[in-house]
Amino acid sequence: MSSRRIDGGRLIDREKPLRFTFNGKNMKGFEGDTLASALLANRQILVGRSFKYHRPRGIVTSGPEEPNALMGVGTKRRFEPNVRATTAELFDGMVAESQNHWPSLEFDVGAVNNHLSKFFPAGFYYKTFIHPRPFWKHVFEPVIRQAAGLGKAPRARDADTYEHFNISVDVLVTGGGIAGLAAALAAGRAGAEVLLLEQAAHWGGRAPVDLAAGPALADPVMIGGQGVEDWIEASLAELQSLPNVHLRARTTHIGAYDHGYNIAVERLSDHAPGSDGPRQRFWRIRASRIVTATGALERPISFVGNDLPGVMLASAMRDYVVNYGVSPGRRTVVVTTNDDGYRTAFGLRDAGMDVPLILDARSTITGALPLAAREAGFKVAPGKGIGSVSGKGRVEKLTVASVDGTGAVLDEIPCDAVAIAGGWSPAVHLWSQAGGKLDWDEAAAMFLPDPDRPPLGADGAANLIAAGAADGALLTHEALASGWEAGAAAADALGQSAPETRPEASASEEAPTTSIWLMPRGAGADKRAKAWLDFQNDVKVSDVELASQEGYLSVEHAKRYTTLGMATDQGKLSNINGLAVLAEASGRAIPEVGTTTFRPPYTPVTMGAIAGEARGKLFQPLRRTPIHGWHEALGAHFEPVGQWRRPYAFPAPGEDLHDAVNREITTTRHKVGLVDASTLGKILVKGPDAGKFLDMVYTGRISTLKPGRCRYGLMCNEGGYLMDDGVVARIDETTFLCHTTSGGADHVHGHLEEWLQTEWWDWQVHTANVTEAYGQIGVAGPEARTLLETLGGMDLSEEALPFMGWVDCVLGGFKVRVYRISFSGELSFEVAVAAGEALALWERLMDAGAAFGAAPYGTEALHVMRAEKGFIMIGDETDGTVIPQDLGLDWAISKKKDDYIGKRGQERMHMTDPDRWRLVGLETTEGGVLAHGALALDEGKTPNGQRATQGRVTSTYYSPILKRGVALGLVRDGPERMGEILTFSNRDGPEIAAKIVPPGVLDGEAS
Amino acid sequence: MAGSVAALGGARADGVVTVSETRPRAMVSLKGDLGADALRQSVKSATGIDVPPALEGAEAGEAGVLWMAPDELLLLGPRDEAGRIVAELESALAGSHFLAADISDARSVFRLEAEDGAIRDVLSKLTPADLSPDAFPVGRFRRTRIAQIAGALWMREPQVAEVFVFRSMAQYAFDLLSNAAEPGGKVGHF
Repeated sequence: MSSRRIDGGRLIDREKPLRFTFNGKNMKGFEGDTLASALLANRQILVGRSFKYHRPRGIVTSGPEEPNALMGVGTKRRFEPNVRATTAELFDGMVAESQNHWPSLEFDVGAVNNHLSKFFPAGFYYKTFIHPRPFWKHVFEPVIRQAAGLGKAPRARDADTYEHFNISVDVLVTGGGIAGLAAALAAGRAGAEVLLLEQAAHWGGRAPVDLAAGPALADPVMIGGQGVEDWIEASLAELQSLPNVHLRARTTHIGAYDHGYNIAVERLSDHAPGSDGPRQRFWRIRASRIVTATGALERPISFVGNDLPGVMLASAMRDYVVNYGVSPGRRTVVVTTNDDGYRTAFGLRDAGMDVPLILDARSTITGALPLAAREAGFKVAPGKGIGSVSGKGRVEKLTVASVDGTGAVLDEIPCDAVAIAGGWSPAVHLWSQAGGKLDWDEAAAMFLPDPDRPPLGADGAANLIAAGAADGALLTHEALASGWEAGAAAADALGQSAPETRPEASASEEAPTTSIWLMPRGAGADKRAKAWLDFQNDVKVSDVELASQEGYLSVEHAKRYTTLGMATDQGKLSNINGLAVLAEASGRAIPEVGTTTFRPPYTPVTMGAIAGEARGKLFQPLRRTPIHGWHEALGAHFEPVGQWRRPYAFPAPGEDLHDAVNREITTTRHKVGLVDASTLGKILVKGPDAGKFLDMVYTGRISTLKPGRCRYGLMCNEGGYLMDDGVVARIDETTFLCHTTSGGADHVHGHLEEWLQTEWWDWQVHTANVTEAYGQIGVAGPEARTLLETLGGMDLSEEALPFMGWVDCVLGGFKVRVYRISFSGELSFEVAVAAGEALALWERLMDAGAAFGAAPYGTEALHVMRAEKGFIMIGDETDGTVIPQDLGLDWAISKKKDDYIGKRGQERMHMTDPDRWRLVGLETTEGGVLAHGALALDEGKTPNGQRATQGRVTSTYYSPILKRGVALGLVRDGPERMGEILTFSNRDGPEIAAKIVPPGVLDGEAS
Repeated sequence: MAGSVAALGGARADGVVTVSETRPRAMVSLKGDLGADALRQSVKSATGIDVPPALEGAEAGEAGVLWMAPDELLLLGPRDEAGRIVAELESALAGSHFLAADISDARSVFRLEAEDGAIRDVLSKLTPADLSPDAFPVGRFRRTRIAQIAGALWMREPQVAEVFVFRSMAQYAFDLLSNAAEPGGKVGHF
């Protein structure tokens, strides 16, 4: 049974007790504890249930690789699932609960799966739920979804805030252990701008624990004559004093991408919820060089019962003893493949715990640590390993077996904990994410970064260097040297040289390790089915072997078939063991099998951190016209148009939207209406070649336009499809102002610049998007001219300002440009004014308009009025597949021009097919309103067995003027079929009949 | 004439930096050959300021010249001088290929005031541009992305930066900046 020791714990402050609850039970811990260390201190061995078989599980690690101890932490608006207890810092009042069990952690109904485990081998779901087909969707999937899933999604809105932070540095060093500190010192002393990240709250990495847990040496490891902890402290102090070095603890480097782009997540108040400022900060770091001193992860060993609570990594066990003063068990057997595992034996015994036996998988023992252990009286069994571990819900005893045998029991040892030291895997994740390749080092039994195939930067040189244990340098003096060299090399590549003098550590030595992927090596099928590889996803040795046997030889296929390494820990513990088992099962060498792809993030990241500030009112930018506030004050109902919000209608008190739209139309048709048209795109095109350029950009001829006049133009893309439309005004001999649709300004401007910069770079044309400089107000209706005249200052007569003309003038004291253009068919003026004066002009017009019964109108009224006239709308009548000819706009296409963008596209066979669907008006025979997008039904079926169609509705509205529906649509051969009655589908009701009529049911131009 | 008003009426927020919307000023977009003597002369005589090198802004009193692109400048002045600046450029450059447009009201400008490091900290939350003192010294003017919108940053003087955004985005930009500057949000990197 685990418990808190009376003393010890270098990271905890026993003066600062904390209270917390686990599954509702009150527990106590200390400041500096992780949730995991505090649970162990409170004798909580069982921390969760496994994903598939619901087996009881305990804490295995002391770091981010933890597969089992995933908790729901917090409540309501601060609830977060799948928190790794091993990295979550304890705080006062923490509420934690275990996951994946029902009804309780101790008694879990799902554990019945455990007894059925032989019926749930790899690929079980794939094989079982194929037939009968409909069962998957209606029976199997709902049931499995109910049972599956790790943790609960939060239901309440997150109480915290998050932010992003972008920086560029010379050298990014990841990992605050001695290798990372040395790298930062080397690069920092060289003068480089350095950012050093450490995922934990404390600095120094593993070294302090590993050195503290070893045997008391006459000649302890020193760095530069200092003890290791002293050196760490002195190095930190120096780094903090260097203005060019920045340090961040609690910051995990989760992604290394191309071009030196990196992502890290800083946890600012996970350990102190409710603090001022953001909870997490999402760092986006552009680094010229990157040093990954990310350490190594210890591997478990697969044997029968290796997933029982009480089985823990040897390194984690000494972490709990040294860092937190917690003993993971009273009586611990150590099983190891290497010298390092012995440190745990020393650490446990020094803290007063019993270590009855050290099982060493190597047949002979030569290393200094094992010899010291023997000398210190430990019982060491070379060539021996674990036959099986057993117990009810936790470790109670184990059997000893020869590592090379089949598991014959040599001895039985009662114990309550097992420390496994299966060898170290360098944390090569970031190296691999960035594109670096790996080599299998048979002697060290680890994948190492291949220095000849590193991640490359934009200059073709290596831009990421692995250092310390992440590069296989496990011993203190090696890690220190490796870190220093990496930091110096990184600075050197940037033209800055590190000083000659470097920290040196006294050398130590360890005997060669052995590798063992299944213990004992000759274990039979029944044992392989109880030896776990992936604790979180419940994948056993037998599952991987079955995958191999069924032909899943690619490691990527075997992974997906068995789900090995696909849990939230992404196989940090299980991948190497799993692929070694796959290699053995398929008779290949480990490097032949290779690893699965390492992908970001290294550890899970919250959605909040990814979103950053983009939530609530900052979720996305909303564009507002200068008159937006006025619309809001009047209670306008808005609709999105691109990123703009435009008033859809202005319902008066007691009116619904439909009433409001009808009133706005009637007012505009009979009196005068005002519309905020500020969102219309306005692009200046100027230069000696401007006319020639616009002749290419528009389908019509623009160059012949006279200054002072306007012309409607269509813009197509290269495919010939209609892209945008609008009125072009010629300002002077070399200047044109092109109006675009509201959503189209940026796209059209980019389109113009692309052609100018890539194709016609030698044409003398400048463009400028001046959309935002102006407010634009449409004044339409029979009283429009009279209303404008009351403001005074300009001649608006037919002679002075004819249809499709424009004039610069002063109107009521405002400097304006007035265009006589119409989108509603009414007498209409568009008045452009400096954006900063637009609201004042609008208010003036509304005041003056009161006498005429003027009213503002919104986009819906605008749409109805243009549909009444048969005018097309980009995005309604067009959808990226429609060419101008489909819309009867041949009149706007110049026949005299040699070329324009889209001309060739429109000559393609399919575009000239007489059977294309073309624009017509549609008049319902009973006066009703057709549904949006309704299809004109045809006889028979398509080759796909669907009902054949011959057209579709593109715009449909109720016309308050005609008192019936008006619609536009695209119909096969439509213009040649006037008067024909078509049947249209209707979403909810019976089909509707409509007659094909010419588009535009109201008479032509009013004046 | 009523006179132009700022999009947010001079909004202001106090946090780790002070964010305030500036008064409208003349902004004239000038596109042309920035290396041509005639153009450089015309800029000098219209504003009193020499054309600055790439990625810089220059100022004298209320006048300013900002480098926007290899063929584009933004000329600043008092709001009511936009017409004069355009007229002077047009007459000086008549016959050559250029574009001068009064776009004074197209953009909103926010002034950020605080000690240097806080300004860089706050802006770095929103832009991927390198804002380290070496890469973004006083006088530097650069266009970039600000969260989800286009914008430009001007390190106008020590402890003063200006953020240029399109007018329709003024509210979003102000909300962004004031949110990033909220107390407790100091990064302490710069």
